[in-house]
Amino acid sequence: MLVRDDDRTVITMANDFQGDARDFAVVVPVPTLVERGQVNVADMALIDHLDAYTAPRLVEYHDPDPCRSYERMEELASARVPMAQASEDAAAARKRGVTIEASYTVGEYDILVLSAEDSGGLVAWLTANGYRLPAGAEPVVRSYLRQDMRFFVAKVNLEEQARLGYTKLRPLQVAYESPRFMLPIRLGTVNAQGAQELFVYALTRSGRVETTNYRTVRLPSDTEVPEFVEEEFGEFYRALFSRQTEKQNGRAVFLEYAWDMAWCDPCAADPLSADELRRLGVFWISPPGGGAGRVAPQGQDVFVTRLHVRYDQAGFPEDLVFHETGDRSNFQGRYVIRRPWRAATSCDASAYYASVNERQEREARVLANLTGWELADIRERIRFLGEAGEPAQEPWWKRLWN
Amino acid sequence: MQTPALDPRHFQIAVLAILAAFGAAGLGIDIRPLHLVVVAAVALGTQYLAGRLAGLARFDPLSALVTTLSLTILLRTDGPGLAALAALLAIGSKFLLRVRGKHLFNPANFAIVTLMLASDGAWISTGQWGSAALGALALSGLGWLVLTRARRAETTVAFLATFAALLTARALLLGDPLAIVFHHLSNGALLIFAFFMISDPKTTPDAAAGRLLFGAIVAGLAFAIQFLAYRPYGPLLALYACAPLTPLLDCLLGGARYRWVASSLFKFTRQEKSDATHATRGLGRNDAVPVRHRAGLLRLLRRPRGHRAVQPGLAGRAGPR
Repeated sequence: MLVRDDDRTVITMANDFQGDARDFAVVVPVPTLVERGQVNVADMALIDHLDAYTAPRLVEYHDPDPCRSYERMEELASARVPMAQASEDAAAARKRGVTIEASYTVGEYDILVLSAEDSGGLVAWLTANGYRLPAGAEPVVRSYLRQDMRFFVAKVNLEEQARLGYTKLRPLQVAYESPRFMLPIRLGTVNAQGAQELFVYALTRSGRVETTNYRTVRLPSDTEVPEFVEEEFGEFYRALFSRQTEKQNGRAVFLEYAWDMAWCDPCAADPLSADELRRLGVFWISPPGGGAGRVAPQGQDVFVTRLHVRYDQAGFPEDLVFHETGDRSNFQGRYVIRRPWRAATSCDASAYYASVNERQEREARVLANLTGWELADIRERIRFLGEAGEPAQEPWWKRLWN
Repeated sequence: MQTPALDPRHFQIAVLAILAAFGAAGLGIDIRPLHLVVVAAVALGTQYLAGRLAGLARFDPLSALVTTLSLTILLRTDGPGLAALAALLAIGSKFLLRVRGKHLFNPANFAIVTLMLASDGAWISTGQWGSAALGALALSGLGWLVLTRARRAETTVAFLATFAALLTARALLLGDPLAIVFHHLSNGALLIFAFFMISDPKTTPDAAAGRLLFGAIVAGLAFAIQFLAYRPYGPLLALYACAPLTPLLDCLLGGARYRWVASSLFKFTRQEKSDATHATRGLGRNDAVPVRHRAGLLRLLRRPRGHRAVQPGLAGRAGPR
């Protein structure tokens, strides 16, 4: 989560860490010194809400009775897409030449801000203090140190966690001011255990955010897909994303959502309230009580961009650098299911049934193209409509060559 | 009067058009047809009107088309109004911002940077060209250099060499892999800038040494903006800021004024009054040429009679050669 206006940035780091809290640690390079007041622990629900609000969604339309003329539209709940972020784990020993610029406890986290003359010393110190850096991290740490960056490291303070009563790890927030509008991802790529997955939610003022050093590509959207996708929308979305990443040779960042938060119609989830936005770090919104209601439907002055990237060292040799564009046009990952009319008809609807059959065939091909799934498997799962509206028996030759 | 054939701008226009088509169709870059039409209309219209006001001998649409395509490829705006303003600024700057008989700014660069600094609704998408276009761009760029017989390639070469050297030095200093250097050098927007913007012979110094120096200085400033100040759009901002160096270097180093191969389609007047370009064709590239320097604004006021003879040429009857 990145909130930014001018050089002011608030970053919120959420993690899908699953293991024991005592094994959890965050090691993040930051461009400036971060004091105690600049760090906060946020509520995971905020991020979940923003995630739901911006998630790619499936909409459903019912074909009208071909013999009458009216229309109905229904919204399905949006699919929750699991979130993930690069994480660096802990365990090992030694110390040398490291300056602890700040040390404090915020919520359930023990936090240190470190600088060092020498990357070897820092890596050794981190290792000695139970932070496990991926093998091969030292050159990357050295590069960050030489770029005058500090290291923000956090560990879970188990006593505090027990006292506060949280069982899940809450997101950490850091507010800082720096011209650098970037996300350090290189530490996540050094261990080369496959690709890392990252969602970036950017809240800005003037418009859509994109990367300046990698291509930002719109995820294919507004396509009609077969009905059965409803049952496995999550799988569909993951297959779609993998396929599109492959198509871009693993070198692109994907845009999944870009929207002026002043409105959405229809929304996949309730819009965020002014209070929620402020707690996420949107500092230019006036504090609650100052006139802003629980859900302020207009005038939020916030533009949200959701980016999704799967990265590895080959495709992403360098950190993600962003800029804010003036583009305020809206975009969302949206997939459409159209339900054929399957009830009885009172007239000759053969033309309608033929068109539905054609549409179902087209949807199958589109789905195969989007996800890389086998066309034959897809066809098998589609309830094709026959000439008279009955479930069609597929001709034997349809699956012979393609 | 020379016959057209090999004005390098013909080639440049073709390459830029291909790039624009590839960007829109292959890379999904948001190039809107309406914007293209608006920019072309305003650029050509401004060129025509300003040309007449300034008393130019002919209407030369080529530069306006190059500017149109450069703006289309690089500049993104959230409405056609800003796109039109960009075209007006670009071509207008050629006629109004002149020093020693040369326009000061690269027209497209002037418009892009001015609008970006002044408005939130204009931006450039430096990442969108990716590095897939590398081969095509390198080839077209080289082709263009060959076509101009490398007479004015020094700026591009000096810019790219200096930028590459600085990036490499940075990587070595930080202990970064060279993959990062290649990643930056293969950035499509950087190559477009190097081959099609900073290479503009009209807005770079006249002497070869001046062009080398100019290219290197722009690269140094671009690097500083991007990697020391951590701001985006380094090369474009650097070229904008360095524009005043061109007349300075011309003053110090002299050199032969560049002239496009005359190939214009329309003539304003019957007599050849090449005025915007002080001919140097046939001279060695380092021969100093006596050049009459007049400020553009003055010329604009001084030559109203250019209007009278306009009609015949425009009506399609080419004047006697």
